Amino acid sequence: MSTTLILDGRPIPFTPGQTIMDAALAAGVYIPHLCHNPDYAPHGSCRVCMVGVGGRLVSACTTAVLDGMTVESNTETIASTRRSIVQMLFVEGNHVCPACERSGSCQLQAVAYYVGMLSPHFPQCFPQRPVDASHPDFMIDFNRCILCELCVRASRDHDHKRVFAVSGRGLASHLVIDSPSGLLGDSHFAASDRAAQVCPTGAILPKHRGYEQPIGQRLYDQAPISVVGDLRAQPGGD
Amino acid sequence: MGEPADSQVQAFVARSLDLRGLAPEQLLQHLIAVQQQFGWVPPAAVHALAAALDVAHAQVRAAVAFYAFLHDQPRGDFDILFSDNITDRMLGNQRLVGLLAERLGLGLDATRADGRVTIGLTSCTGMCDQGPALLVNGQAVTALTAARVDRIADLVDEGVPLERWPGAFFRVADNIRRRGLLLSNPATDGASLRRLLENGADTALTELERSGLRGRGGAGFTTALKWRFCREAEGGDRTVPRFVVCNADEGEPGTFKDRVLLTSYTDLVFEGMTLCAGVIGARLGFLYLRGEYRYLVPHLESVLARRRAEGLLGKGILSQPGFDFDIAIHLGAGAYICGEESALIESLEGKRGVTRKRPPFPVISGYQDRPTVVNNVETFLAAARVVQWGGYWLRGEGTDQSAGSKILSVSGDCARPGIYEYPFGTPVHRVLTDCGAGEVQAVQVSGAAGTTLAPAEFDRLLAFEDLPTAGSFMIFDRSRDLLDLVRNFAAFFAHESCGFCTPCRVGTALLRNLVEKVAAGQASTHDLQELRDIGALMRQASYCGLGHTAPNHVLNTLDKFPAIYQRHLRSADYSPSFDLDAALGSARALTGRDGVADHVEEEA
Repeated sequence: MSTTLILDGRPIPFTPGQTIMDAALAAGVYIPHLCHNPDYAPHGSCRVCMVGVGGRLVSACTTAVLDGMTVESNTETIASTRRSIVQMLFVEGNHVCPACERSGSCQLQAVAYYVGMLSPHFPQCFPQRPVDASHPDFMIDFNRCILCELCVRASRDHDHKRVFAVSGRGLASHLVIDSPSGLLGDSHFAASDRAAQVCPTGAILPKHRGYEQPIGQRLYDQAPISVVGDLRAQPGGD
Repeated sequence: MGEPADSQVQAFVARSLDLRGLAPEQLLQHLIAVQQQFGWVPPAAVHALAAALDVAHAQVRAAVAFYAFLHDQPRGDFDILFSDNITDRMLGNQRLVGLLAERLGLGLDATRADGRVTIGLTSCTGMCDQGPALLVNGQAVTALTAARVDRIADLVDEGVPLERWPGAFFRVADNIRRRGLLLSNPATDGASLRRLLENGADTALTELERSGLRGRGGAGFTTALKWRFCREAEGGDRTVPRFVVCNADEGEPGTFKDRVLLTSYTDLVFEGMTLCAGVIGARLGFLYLRGEYRYLVPHLESVLARRRAEGLLGKGILSQPGFDFDIAIHLGAGAYICGEESALIESLEGKRGVTRKRPPFPVISGYQDRPTVVNNVETFLAAARVVQWGGYWLRGEGTDQSAGSKILSVSGDCARPGIYEYPFGTPVHRVLTDCGAGEVQAVQVSGAAGTTLAPAEFDRLLAFEDLPTAGSFMIFDRSRDLLDLVRNFAAFFAHESCGFCTPCRVGTALLRNLVEKVAAGQASTHDLQELRDIGALMRQASYCGLGHTAPNHVLNTLDKFPAIYQRHLRSADYSPSFDLDAALGSARALTGRDGVADHVEEEA
């Protein structure tokens, strides 16, 4: 059974139970997002996928579609809201795109381009966050973590390991690793884990290789994320 | 207390496990017990609890880092936290903090080298009518004066255990100033439960519907509807467990009425919970008590024990076979967000108090994903009376949309701070007159997340249809700089944001920093627009009510009291957020050059 919602004036089919994000993705309509990955339960924390429904903003990834629902996504007001949210994500961490191994293939960077972010706008927080290089195959640069909890969800729901959790609260919220020492090298994390593949930024990176793809051939070099899709959620990208 | 031996910690954890059980839901309660015993949560306790409860180390550490009253580093033998609500500040708490720190020879948030004492600040402890207040090892001390602080310094230096501190320090007065429908009579003998047994759950629900009772926590959801949804959840299948939760996490700055209800109207609160259990078919209920009120636990436990002995709790209540219900007290540990019902449920399950995605609402999927009613303390009390005396009794007061009365916690600049019960629909000025407030500049209704009122609005009505309130009512006279209120609330929200969603996590910190920039005389008109823009974004895009309401005080005061900002502005248009000349200081020091040419002239 399929019914219809109106997204930016365009009818889009959906099946009952789908969220606005599900329906949009299925119809090939891009709504920018960071904490959402269709392989995992919707989270609703990054707030980048805000859309307008009935005069209010809701997150597309957690809002179930109702028949005949009218959804606004591609408006200047909403674009401005998304831009501010992405800017917040940039200033709360330490994101140095030109030097980052993930640059050009980074979902955060690609979304920032998509929402038209030209500067961080807000004052930088410059948090002190150490890098964890204790694991033989992977490193974690917490400076680039945006707390999307995709690694938390992938490790818990797919790898069945619970390697990651979020600790603290407020701006001091941070990713922690489940091992007696708190280090990745002492955890059950393995390079083959799904959690190793889901990070939308450059926070979780493989060791021993870097900058392999020349500029021009990186994931988002030729076309924007609205065309290319997510880092790992593209068809066959599992 | 320093660092205990691992074996000591393990033995204590083992005793706690015997007492509280191995369910992962008990994690937070174990951690609170460990904190209370050792003054911190040592790594040995983290390891022992992770192993025994089968939860991840990371989850245990995450909980410790989330709750303000849990620490992963040793605190002093005397862990002193001054309540730092704006009302405490107005009563001079900052001077007293300074006095104690000086007497004891240590700074804020520091532990003295001998491990004897730590001094810090904490969010409102619910003693605004008898502040300034503090918590020492979790116990509330009220009515602080310089003399009392002096004595505390002596007691700490002499190492006198808390049990031998003067009892007067820990005295908490009810300060009930005006009694209405609910407060006029604290007595009950289980009458509402007998009504329920005589007439059945449907009649009880009909009376609740007739009464128009709405939740007293602020949101105002119809109580009868909530109970009915829960009763009918899972197709009404009676074999599915259901739960009753009393939200006694009274964390909104400036509110303390639940403290009084739990002290002097205890039976009525428990009776309301029992009544709810009878209606929805629950066998277990929780009183989620904010950590600041842990001094109430012995009293609450004794009332629970008496009610069990009287056949009003436990198996076969009032000799009715199958009417089985009991209540457990769960402590919070310093997290405002846990007053939000889904965060409260997460906390009850032993986790960090992060709000859940809704729907499903707790009435469908709450504690352990089972149908759960979460109501405010005052709501349970009112529900018990409605079923005892009938729906029309509550309708006798209030307005069409807001039946009955509201209990207010009045504090700030007034002659008689305390508890006032008024019919809904009472104008603000009536409260101000009764409590002896003069020269009032502003009233903050419903706490830091509520509404800032200017004098022109004092004829507005306390009612869901005009000024909904959970009961906090803070008064500011003309001698106050309202920017102090804004700074206090902005810091509060930055401290209390759970950190789950971007707009609230980052927005509360940005607002706090901008407000401080204004106070420091570094801000320009541009920054005021930034405050508005960030506030609007948080209102629209945050995940839960905390983020939606956290900018209210900023947006309200920008609209109603623009002068409190403008008189601090450095230039009308633009000023940099840092001082370039000062930033070059280290370069001047390194090069040894400090001439006129080595300074950057400030632009006028």
